[in-house]
Amino acid sequence: MGCIENLKYEIILPLGASFHECREYVEKNYKEIWYVDPGYKVFKEYIIGLPPIALGIDGCRIIFPYTKPCHGTYLLGILDCEEVTHIRSTARKKK
Amino acid sequence: MTLRQALPRPASGSALIVLGCPEVPVQQAVSLYVFYHLKKQGFHVHAAGNPAVLNLLRVSDPEKRYLPEVSVLETCIGNIIEKKRGFDLCMVFAHSDAGISYAATMRHILPGAYLVLVLFGKDPQSLEPLVDFPCELIVDKAVHNPVQLKKKTNEVMGWDA
Repeated sequence: MGCIENLKYEIILPLGASFHECREYVEKNYKEIWYVDPGYKVFKEYIIGLPPIALGIDGCRIIFPYTKPCHGTYLLGILDCEEVTHIRSTARKKK
Repeated sequence: MTLRQALPRPASGSALIVLGCPEVPVQQAVSLYVFYHLKKQGFHVHAAGNPAVLNLLRVSDPEKRYLPEVSVLETCIGNIIEKKRGFDLCMVFAHSDAGISYAATMRHILPGAYLVLVLFGKDPQSLEPLVDFPCELIVDKAVHNPVQLKKKTNEVMGWDA
């Protein structure tokens, strides 16, 4: 899974989750939600998907969809306070 | 219902073919067929996919008669976002939800490109409702036999004339 594979990640929705399921899960389960477009960089990787792409923030944890051609889409969670700050300053907040 | 794109199909220029996971055999046959036709039309053709799909193509075409310039998908996406590359036409092969996500990404990062989305595999109809962005759609339940998918591609690309 590229760079993200080297980070300590938690699989929140496993392989086989659809992109829409990932978005719904984030919107239903996290209070702080931010939206980005495809091509936005998280952990130095481009986010793939149907816009708007929902990212959840829970403390210092970022919840985001991660798509690879042969793997499908996973919903991952990674702890990183700096990346949270980056998202808060560059993404669009859910109103 | 798929949204029609306002853009006309370009007659020449640069074309990007985005390949999905190579587990469905027709993709290889139809993609080589598409490379052939686009090159014949005068397009500069570029293909992007994961290392496995690119190696399948390299091994199939050692003299590079049809094989275009290739790059790994992440590199290609990065080059487009960083404005190092642009394309007039983009064709995305998809047989899964992940493939639709890549097509939506291409629609977003290549707003001026004529986008063709090829849905194939065991159940392409189930993927159709996920396509909520403007593109030309080719849908065929094709796994091993590429003939119908080739015909539908001809119709959309104007290669049957």
